[in-house]
Amino acid sequence: MKEVNKSVTKADGLGLIMGAPAYTNDLAMNNALVIKVLRSPHHFAKIIDINTEKAFNMPGVECVLTYKDVPRNIVTRAGQGYPEPSPHDKFILDEYVRYIGDEVAVVAAITEKIALQALELIEVEYEVLEPVLDFENAENNTSMVHPEPECHSMFPMGFEPAKNIACTYEMNVGNIQEALRKCDVVVKGKYYTKAQAHVAMEPQSSFAHIDIQGRLNIISSTQTPFHMRRIIAEAFGMTAGKIRVIKPRVGGAYGGKQAIHGEFLVAAVTLKTRKPSKLIYTRKEVFEATYCRHAMRLDVTLGSDKDGNLKAIDMQILSDTGAYGEHALTVFMVAASKTLPLYNKVDSVHFSGKVMYTNHTPAGAFRGYGAVQGNFALESSMDELAEKLGMDPIKLREKNMIVQGETSPIFKIMGEGGEGIEMSIESCKLDYCIRRGTELMRWKYKYPRNQIDKNTVRGVGMAIAMQGSGIPYMDMGSAILKLNDEGFFNLLVGATDIGTGSDTILAQIAAETLGVDTQKIIVHSSDTDLTPFDCGAYASSTTYISGHSVKKTAEKMKEMIEEEGAKRLDSLQNQVVFDGKFIKSLETKEKISLKELCEQLYYKYDQKQLIASSSYVGTKSPPPYMAGFAEVEVDLETGKIKLLDYVGIVDCGTTINPNLAKIQVEGGLVQGIGMALFEDVKYSASGRLLTNSLMQYTIPTRKEINKITVEFAESYEPTGPYGAKSVGEIGIDTPPAAIANAIYNATGVRIRTLPITPEKILMALKGDASV
Amino acid sequence: MHRACKKGINRGDEVKIFVTINGGQRNIDIEADEMLLDMLRKIGLVSVKRACDTGSCGVCTVLLDGYPIPSCSYYAAKAEGHNITTIEGVQKEAIEIAEFLVSEGVEQCGYCSPGFALTILGMTKELQNPTEDDIKHYLVGNLCRCSGYVGHLRAINKYLEVKR
Amino acid sequence: MGRYKLIIDRYEKPSTVEEAYDLLSSTPRSVVIGGGAYIRLGKKHVDLAIDMCNTGLDFIIEKRNTIEIGAATTFRQLEKSEILKNYYGGVIPKTVKDLMGVQMRNIVTVGGTIYGRYGFSDLITTLLVLDCSVVLHKRGKIYLEYFLKEKNNDKDILEKIIIKKDERIASFQTMKNTSADFSMINVAVCRKNDKYNIVVGARPGVGVLATKAMIYMESSMGDECDLEKVGEIASKEVTFATDLRASKKYRKELCIVLVKRALIEVTK
Repeated sequence: MKEVNKSVTKADGLGLIMGAPAYTNDLAMNNALVIKVLRSPHHFAKIIDINTEKAFNMPGVECVLTYKDVPRNIVTRAGQGYPEPSPHDKFILDEYVRYIGDEVAVVAAITEKIALQALELIEVEYEVLEPVLDFENAENNTSMVHPEPECHSMFPMGFEPAKNIACTYEMNVGNIQEALRKCDVVVKGKYYTKAQAHVAMEPQSSFAHIDIQGRLNIISSTQTPFHMRRIIAEAFGMTAGKIRVIKPRVGGAYGGKQAIHGEFLVAAVTLKTRKPSKLIYTRKEVFEATYCRHAMRLDVTLGSDKDGNLKAIDMQILSDTGAYGEHALTVFMVAASKTLPLYNKVDSVHFSGKVMYTNHTPAGAFRGYGAVQGNFALESSMDELAEKLGMDPIKLREKNMIVQGETSPIFKIMGEGGEGIEMSIESCKLDYCIRRGTELMRWKYKYPRNQIDKNTVRGVGMAIAMQGSGIPYMDMGSAILKLNDEGFFNLLVGATDIGTGSDTILAQIAAETLGVDTQKIIVHSSDTDLTPFDCGAYASSTTYISGHSVKKTAEKMKEMIEEEGAKRLDSLQNQVVFDGKFIKSLETKEKISLKELCEQLYYKYDQKQLIASSSYVGTKSPPPYMAGFAEVEVDLETGKIKLLDYVGIVDCGTTINPNLAKIQVEGGLVQGIGMALFEDVKYSASGRLLTNSLMQYTIPTRKEINKITVEFAESYEPTGPYGAKSVGEIGIDTPPAAIANAIYNATGVRIRTLPITPEKILMALKGDASV
Repeated sequence: MHRACKKGINRGDEVKIFVTINGGQRNIDIEADEMLLDMLRKIGLVSVKRACDTGSCGVCTVLLDGYPIPSCSYYAAKAEGHNITTIEGVQKEAIEIAEFLVSEGVEQCGYCSPGFALTILGMTKELQNPTEDDIKHYLVGNLCRCSGYVGHLRAINKYLEVKR
Repeated sequence: MGRYKLIIDRYEKPSTVEEAYDLLSSTPRSVVIGGGAYIRLGKKHVDLAIDMCNTGLDFIIEKRNTIEIGAATTFRQLEKSEILKNYYGGVIPKTVKDLMGVQMRNIVTVGGTIYGRYGFSDLITTLLVLDCSVVLHKRGKIYLEYFLKEKNNDKDILEKIIIKKDERIASFQTMKNTSADFSMINVAVCRKNDKYNIVVGARPGVGVLATKAMIYMESSMGDECDLEKVGEIASKEVTFATDLRASKKYRKELCIVLVKRALIEVTK
């Protein structure tokens, strides 16, 4: 392979560092009206009366909107395939506000200052309602977060708004009670994870304008431009043909932009005023009024025989989806579907649970998408089981984990909101990943612990993980290749580069197929008018799904080039071959260069424009795998944890771009480390979010990261483009469990609630049972 | 009614400050409570970006007389008489750093990059032969959510080696 | 929900402290700006902001018996000072060097921090343990300890701080979440011959002297067990509270350990 498995530099890398205008707020027109949003100060309230006259009359204010001024069509904001597996429970603006930060009214003015001043002139009378703030007591609560009759689910998912239930699910393989009864050793644990914040450096941003054809153009920092077009059309009662969505450069997303954020409001203002408008979220708004990770309670029970053969897994989850149900069902299901198949030799598996509405900030998609929460609970439990068995935790995993060529019944049972697809694992190098990881971590010298001095102890811990590569029979990607004179190509893809470098790796795939240099492929992406459909950047689908569509498209283009070349060499198509530079006749050795061919195609003889296009839908979702190893040092007097070393060995199939793949894993690891150790979500006594700025919500800095070593296993997925699977999410899955296990091995303290803080450790060491 | 900002400015006044930006001397209209970040974006220097607005992340870093400062937390009125440098003004020096970052693949969403590159430039002027700990210490105020940090170190170590 | 940062109607940059004081005392809704980084986050509306950047208050001067630091001196200047690293065990540079990043330290000032009496301030804890005095324009020189405790709201301008120059040695200890975060507790200890100062701050309240612990320390043998007892006494006499960074209980535990460690460092 020449262009694939090569660390080609990102095409936009230099431009971005040098400060070229590239992000939504750089591109917004200078005269765009600035939108500011009046947000609910109450957890839950009904707007009894709202008076916007004074605000509207303020000089410089062009538009003030409330729920009375916008169409009332209920939709979901979640950027997912249609029919969406998320309940339709959101209006553009509503008379109910369901969390502190929910939109009450919108002001658009000629400057930000005027808009802010006008907000203060809006008079609102609220009927304050009793909020639901504890997801563990949401079901029996007399307060109903979604009383509106219009809310519904697109297919049966246990949607019961009267009980504040967004969805429920249950699945069984075998009989779990019986299986557990037969087990020699059983461990049970209750785990809690928090509503982690994405903290993408670029806040949610969008701007809209009406073009000369009278169409609504939305430029937005988004992961899902095509879903956005559909949802905006539905919400406003417009035809999709009247809407264009463009994604410019995005300053980070990680799932936080896989849903509508400000686009409803820029659309509403621009449609009303016919003027350009923009909404750039403040950091406080990003924390309080976009999305967060689903906070979960996970109850895990594992049972095995005395030889360490895992026989039964029971996982029950209660998930907090906050005020709206974006991604509620799917995140909750992935917590099981992308963890439980790791141990496929069990007799019985049971998974069940509910996702609750509360009056918290809505939860949504976030890298890992449930798998990281599930992994924390499952992989912590595995270590507990190992200890109870008196068995080495690595040996316990090696004995029970899935092996290449095997399958799991869960693949067929659990899919995206419903049933899944039977699938056998054609590439799995977990065995190598574990071996190599233990080698690099020098595990046998460090396991389980080393006392450094009276107050300092070190320990190592590990975890294995899996994820997916797109959603089979649902996620579709497509590509268009256009040959230009002089022999360079435009590659048009719907696929959404959110900073990952997907534009670059898709160019590499096209280049590899055509036999040309990657520099010859110029990529344009994510414009709903100009680029073909793509589901968007989520579910780790870009390399596998979009990459496949690019490969197929490039194969078609190659055939077209060969056909045209053959014509001009007076040969048959199957008698010539295109090697990237020349179309050569296999018999006569005559040849024509691509450059010459293009001259003829564009200017001289039998002129035509060569364009190839193809699409791809996955028929399986081959999991990437990872083994993560953590070494920690704990100060026993203060509980302070230092992460000394983290080793991650990944099987993602072929790395299309080794450098970019490595950074995806390293970046994911540090987000997982943040979730494990540093990112705490705190509320005041009255339930208000306290960690709503970067002064209070602490993500890891470079001083927290001492050493990270990432390597890739030699692996090849036969169903993937050039053997690739995916790498976008797998990096985040292992740190919480690996670190929790390392801390247990170092100190004997088992923490089951994230984040694992020094306070929790010290208090546990001192015997405080409340931890 | 323009008057220079040597002493002060009133809300509603049209007041200009005299400041050197990227080597060029400018007179710029500002408001009393305008932050340097907004002033720079207003005059077209959009490489300077707002991320956290509390001075916690370093994305908005510009150089003031060669030293990195958080432009989101620095009043524009203070800048009078000083030299401000944004990445647009040091393209030649910045390209060197940029090429190392890009060749390591560590430049991802790019949002933190201009501020980061300027801080690195500031570091190379302030520190001679920094150790890895010195580098981490100098750059700790530049957060990055995409890259995981270790790739940055790889790139910077290579860059510094070449500089020597 | 509307206002989310400081609104300023007029911004003045006087060239002398006298001028600054006149502006301050004659304008009711006025505020003094050092670096401006924290004051801008407050949701107020002021008529006048008085920026001290042109009044010549950024200096670190070594005199015969004292060290004087001007109120407009930045934390980065403290960190890099060739003078300060030679005194008190280099405790002042050590205290400020890990605060946020170089960017913030290039603009945050001594005067802004002290006048703000911020509870989370590490510098206040260290200065307090060094018997620092503040010099206010109108009221003159008073001990930092009194300045922190007093409820006097008369407007005044901090000009400089003064620390005695001698062989005292100090240690600063802290506990933070991530390295760029604010302290969830900080401790400073200073020893001059057999006299000790012990200060505990970020409780989350601002630094206070643990006088009972200090008295006990002066009569102690100095072995580790005793030093831990000093920490325990400090943890009982100083008041703590729970906030989003740490619980009261945890702060108490940390107090014991950090006081002990600081004492070990200064008695080496």
